[in-house]
Amino acid sequence: MKRILVADDSPTMRALIISTLESLDDFELVEAANGFEALRKLPQGKVDLVITDINMPDINGLELVSFVRNNPLYQGTPLIIVSTEGSARDREKGLALGANAYLVKPFQPEELQQLVSQLLN
Amino acid sequence: MPSQAIDEFLAEAEELLEKLNQDLATLAEAAEGGKSNPDLVNGIFRDAHSIKGLAGMFGFTDVAELAHHLENLLDHLRLGKIAFDNNLVDCLFDTLEGVSGLISGKADNPEFSQDLSPYLTRIEHLLGGQPSAPEKGLDELDIDPSMLAVLTEYEEHRLQENLQQGKFLLVVKVAFSLLSFDTELAELTEAIKRDGEVISTLPGSNDDPELLAFKILCGSNLDVQGLRQQLGQPDLEIDLVTAPSSVQQVATAPVPAPEKIPQAELDLPTPQPAPEPANSDAGTVRSFSSSVRVDIGKLDYLMTIVGELALAKGAISQLCNEMQLNGVSQSRELEKAVHVLDRRLHDLQVGVMDVRMVPVRQLFDKMTRIVRRMAQELGKKVKVEIHGGDTELDKLIVEDLADPLMHIIRNALDHGIEPADQRAAIGKPETGMLVLSANQKGNHVVIEVSDDGKGIDPELLRKKGIEKELIAADANLSRQELFGLLFHPGFSTRDEVSEFSGRGVGMDVVKNNISALSGLIELESEVGEGTVMSLTLPITLAIIKALVISICDTDYAIPLNSVQETLMLDEDSIQTIEGREVMELRQQTLPLLRIDQLFQLSAKDTPQGQFVVVAGFADKRLGIVVDELRGQQDVVIKSLGGALSFVKGIAGAADLGNQKTILVLDVGGLIGETLQLDGVIGV
Repeated sequence: MKRILVADDSPTMRALIISTLESLDDFELVEAANGFEALRKLPQGKVDLVITDINMPDINGLELVSFVRNNPLYQGTPLIIVSTEGSARDREKGLALGANAYLVKPFQPEELQQLVSQLLN
Repeated sequence: MPSQAIDEFLAEAEELLEKLNQDLATLAEAAEGGKSNPDLVNGIFRDAHSIKGLAGMFGFTDVAELAHHLENLLDHLRLGKIAFDNNLVDCLFDTLEGVSGLISGKADNPEFSQDLSPYLTRIEHLLGGQPSAPEKGLDELDIDPSMLAVLTEYEEHRLQENLQQGKFLLVVKVAFSLLSFDTELAELTEAIKRDGEVISTLPGSNDDPELLAFKILCGSNLDVQGLRQQLGQPDLEIDLVTAPSSVQQVATAPVPAPEKIPQAELDLPTPQPAPEPANSDAGTVRSFSSSVRVDIGKLDYLMTIVGELALAKGAISQLCNEMQLNGVSQSRELEKAVHVLDRRLHDLQVGVMDVRMVPVRQLFDKMTRIVRRMAQELGKKVKVEIHGGDTELDKLIVEDLADPLMHIIRNALDHGIEPADQRAAIGKPETGMLVLSANQKGNHVVIEVSDDGKGIDPELLRKKGIEKELIAADANLSRQELFGLLFHPGFSTRDEVSEFSGRGVGMDVVKNNISALSGLIELESEVGEGTVMSLTLPITLAIIKALVISICDTDYAIPLNSVQETLMLDEDSIQTIEGREVMELRQQTLPLLRIDQLFQLSAKDTPQGQFVVVAGFADKRLGIVVDELRGQQDVVIKSLGGALSFVKGIAGAADLGNQKTILVLDVGGLIGETLQLDGVIGV
């Protein structure tokens, strides 16, 4: 069973991401309502994929990506940034920090499904 | 998209909009002082951004587009590319209102849309011709590249701002236990913010897997030593990135703060025990939010069930009494069980009721926005003050209160508060004050709207009343009775119709709306000083204790919270003053009301008028003459529906449990009818 951590401060957005992924088999989804919660949930069990928003109230998605990429425990974990089309600089930075993909909201459910399947297999 | 998902969107959007409104109001206040608050602006930006993201996901492209422009405007503001002034604040408010309008339209019909071009043109106009200030390259700074790499465009801008303002740029390095880092970090951040700003918080790993390391990039008025002193941690690891160029900038720390400050990385003791048990089984898809959104209809349903349970309990209790009278064994045990049931039922009722309660602040905040807009269009200066925003009222009452309250406020601004030059001429401060206050008194909440405007002259009301043939030329009316004229249908003291108040809705409609909520409206005014409009409302309409009485063989319920006492009626003590029956009660005159006459009932053969129920709020009261007192009961008030809602003096109907439905008297409305319009012809 693969575990996916979804960090987004909007409960509706988390619910949407989760319902999009639920049709794919064999996933366990862990929700984090902010960056801090993500930091707390990461060590609580193996995480196979992180999906994060950029704009969060405590630490931003870039900081979370940097944390994951620089921590020997999670270094190889695939990362997807899902964010509303924002500054091009933020996007570049996210990818430069080592995010595997940057998905712009609104996205098609299939886009996310494909990306997740691709990164997990 | 399934409709339930859309409901979720609407609920979250509504929450975001409410928060945005509140935050914008706070920002607007700051705008008056010409100061911006970066944290607040960023919070507002983030919320607008969230709405845009959500709307986009649900295919509401128009909402997304308008929210995008709102976000863009806020982005320019937070990045310092556009001037922060009243013009901008107004545009933000209006655009937000546009977004609100679109979303509330979608709530009724997902296809709803609106022409966005007026909003977009205005925003473009604001954004046009505002060249962005050139910023220095950050690469020249001596900052760890890993920190620069995680800064969003906004954070880079904050960094620049701090540099330009001549702050010390510092990096504080700490490590906290995985179990408690968020609270410890929050405390540290708060402490840093007292003399500066946190620009970025970068988490990192630590040799100890139980610890999380953090690098906090901040701008501060204090240097390294100063900040250490301020935080009360002389050994805290702090790197200096850059010091302000000017020499006089060297600051000393104020007295160390008394609060507990988190430990530094170097002398960190063993990790503290977790404040809450760590959830080792985090592999769950449960929502981690501690609150749920519920349709008010579901709560109404629960309330109805609670009401029916109370009725069922009443029946059991009745049976129990009969069994006791008949000497049935075990009836004592049954009685005890009924008592326990009663208490638990009460707890349940209080619990369900509590869920329906919302703070009136939500309503007051909406009103603040209206005042702002109106004041501007009327060219008046008005400041709003809110007291008791945390006072709670039933959600449904709060909803129904919005329109009448808005009308009262419009009147206060339109007719009450004078234009700035007039105010100055009579020695008042140029800015008028409008105070919205709420405060709980027993089972009621009193909401007051007071202004320091020109007040209402009762003699002018008298003149107008005579002119409109509402009162006789020689009518002897008290001050309160004259004010009561204002609530009479068709009464208006101003001949020209103002765009705001004169929308064909008079104070009589406001009064009817308040009466429909079983509330009471009163007015007090001093010429030249101002006016206070107070609304007394029950905390909830959902379930109430009622006194069941009987008049002419018909049972009625009177809400118990408005019953002050009941008396035996002594026919001899009734006097008639100006054609109205009154009696003396402890040296005060109590007007009497005969429901049978009001409702034109005719008795068969029961004796008339055995008791008087003294009902009312504070000193506004009247005696209702009734034939019989039947007892107390919990009732759920149901609306009579549109067709019968105009019937005065009736608040609704209630089910008594024995398949019998009775009418509930509207005490507030009856008092209004009897007292305020006394001496008024043709009512």
